[in-house]
Amino acid sequence: MATPTFIYPEGSAAFPHRGLVGIAGLAPHEITYLLDEAEQWVEMNRQAKKTRDLLGGLTIINAFFENSTRTLLSFEIAGKRLGADVVNMAVATSSVKKGETLIDTAMTLNAMHADAIVIRHASSGAVQLIADKVDCPVLNAGDGQHEHPTQALLDALTIRHAKRNFNGLVVTICGDILHSRVARSNILCLTSLGAEVRVCAPPALMPEAIGQMNVEVFHDFGKALKGADVVMMLRLQLERMQGQFIPSPREYRHLYGLTLDRLATAQPDALVMHPGPMNRGVEIDSNVADLVGRSQITTQVEMGVALRMACLEVLTRRARAVEGWA
Amino acid sequence: MSATAPLVITNGRVVLPDGGIVPGAVRCVGGTIAAAGAGVAPEDGDLVHDAKGQLIAPGLIDYGVFATDKPAFHFGGITRAALMPDQNPPLDVPARVRFAASSGKPDFWVHPLAAATRELEGEKLAEIALMRDAGARGIATGRKWIGDSGTMLRLCQYAAMLDMTVCTHAEDAGLVGSAVATAGEMATRLGLPAAPAQAEALAITRDLAIAEMAGCAIHFRTVTTSAGLALVRQAKARGQRVTAGVTPAYFMLSDLATAQFRTFAHLSPPLRSEADRKAVIAAIADGTIDIVASGHDPRGPEDKRLPFTDSEPGMAGAETLLPLTLTLVRDKVIDLGRAFALLASNPARLLGVNSGKLEVGAQADIAVIDPERPWIVDSMKMAASAGNTPFDKQPVQGRVVALFKGGAQVGLKPA
Repeated sequence: MATPTFIYPEGSAAFPHRGLVGIAGLAPHEITYLLDEAEQWVEMNRQAKKTRDLLGGLTIINAFFENSTRTLLSFEIAGKRLGADVVNMAVATSSVKKGETLIDTAMTLNAMHADAIVIRHASSGAVQLIADKVDCPVLNAGDGQHEHPTQALLDALTIRHAKRNFNGLVVTICGDILHSRVARSNILCLTSLGAEVRVCAPPALMPEAIGQMNVEVFHDFGKALKGADVVMMLRLQLERMQGQFIPSPREYRHLYGLTLDRLATAQPDALVMHPGPMNRGVEIDSNVADLVGRSQITTQVEMGVALRMACLEVLTRRARAVEGWA
Repeated sequence: MSATAPLVITNGRVVLPDGGIVPGAVRCVGGTIAAAGAGVAPEDGDLVHDAKGQLIAPGLIDYGVFATDKPAFHFGGITRAALMPDQNPPLDVPARVRFAASSGKPDFWVHPLAAATRELEGEKLAEIALMRDAGARGIATGRKWIGDSGTMLRLCQYAAMLDMTVCTHAEDAGLVGSAVATAGEMATRLGLPAAPAQAEALAITRDLAIAEMAGCAIHFRTVTTSAGLALVRQAKARGQRVTAGVTPAYFMLSDLATAQFRTFAHLSPPLRSEADRKAVIAAIADGTIDIVASGHDPRGPEDKRLPFTDSEPGMAGAETLLPLTLTLVRDKVIDLGRAFALLASNPARLLGVNSGKLEVGAQADIAVIDPERPWIVDSMKMAASAGNTPFDKQPVQGRVVALFKGGAQVGLKPA
């Protein structure tokens, strides 16, 4: 277990934010605070008894307006391991389908006196909009192409477990950067922690002026991989594409698929990461995804539960009247 | 107050048709201007309105608005507005045009712009000649660009035959798609679907070529980019019949205003870069831009209190048109005379209406303006049917203190 390397301010000054809408706006020590808080849950989750009744009696609502498997499960497990009452709002059968506006849905959830609301929505900015209207902490589980802060934090936790230190670490993020909230949150998080971030995609999948986010921009995957310590692959978000962005998946793999040969040009101990879901044989080959000792893909899922436990625990301290957090 | 009794607005500073400003008065008889300038004095039996040293200016003419909520226009000193065909249902048949043309009278005149195509879908030409004869004062493509070049050519040829101006929205539809922002750092950080600013120049290039081919006068309602303005500037230098407009948002704000996903700054075209904002100011200064309009589009919470991408574009602009344009005067970009050319006489010429200037024989549409009076824009207290302004809480200067339409005073909310 990595030991805390920083003396944090006392009480709520360590993490003064009401919710977690994005990595933007978090100071580096606030990011590491959440990572450090997560370590105890990484430990506990590996034990036989992996529950602790810290959030007993609290209600956490998972409001997912967009389909999700792993993030929803991860948040649900995180809440339950801490003893909270977790309820999931299934959009497919909710009044959202009947034309209710997002704000009305948010006000309804608020009136039920939830102690935290976890939201995923297909539109950038939707989570901020709700956070401004409700009384309890709001956690962003992904909003459009904007941010997915817990994914970036769990990725940072995963990297920290393997590499200890972010300073000078070269992280290559390759894939559909344009449509990826994971890429944006990871860029903000990793550059804030001192890593050197490269992004790689064909021009059509690269957002304009991304270079102004302190990253190096590549279109040539070979160059982007050279000497990388971490290779983070993203899938093609076909559901967000209007029109044709690439000629075909197999042509995409030809230029941007992570193969064993390509991986060999990165550092010999380079980590392979993917936020999932993976399209094996497109952006990542199976023998890379399953490469023992290098692939962190299942570790990312493991860290995800612990990191989300930390976020829920920290953000409900006010509601639980934890000393110094009132 | 009867419009038949002659009215003299005295003791003011009169904005003359040539842009000069002289102490004097304006005399109106039978709803038209009988005399204006220095040495004009009331005669026996005239009604007198004391301007108390304020500016006596032509009533503003707002080219290209989406709604006609009268109190907002009156507050802003606007006596006439050209209404975009994007209504529900659209102004694509003569009856709706005729109804719209009479909807504001007597104290606010609405000049409808005929939909270029049926349902504004950019495919089949609408009955433009019938709509002209029902009161349409121009043709507009609506909020969207006509993507099909063949349709655009036939439209422009038809407009040339009818001697009508085509008002077009300059954004290449293929590049724009469902974008809600201009490609750049801001849109990238916010994760908003974005289109390159060059979408405007692409659309202008094609439309200028087609209008030239057809011999038709073309007006670009909002030109907002450096590249787009350069094309208009060159076309004017060649002698092409082209005019360009803009709204204050594009010389006051850049895409930074969309930070925090502020939907009141969701406009169409989207707000541009700081460099483009400066290019708009330069184009106003050098005459490339002919018209400053409000683009008035009041939108309630059902359209604006949504995630940015899902919200509707547009701002309520009628009340802030005058004070925001006057910032250009204070910044010495233009003088007062030119401000009223941009706000009144140029749009009057484009619409072919006898107004917009304080000259003998013109309609007595007059605004008495205190150009220095400070006030604070407050979205909660606006006269418009909705308060969606990106200028909320901003201090501004310039307020209309009295307004006359056809020589009759219009009641204003007390300032």
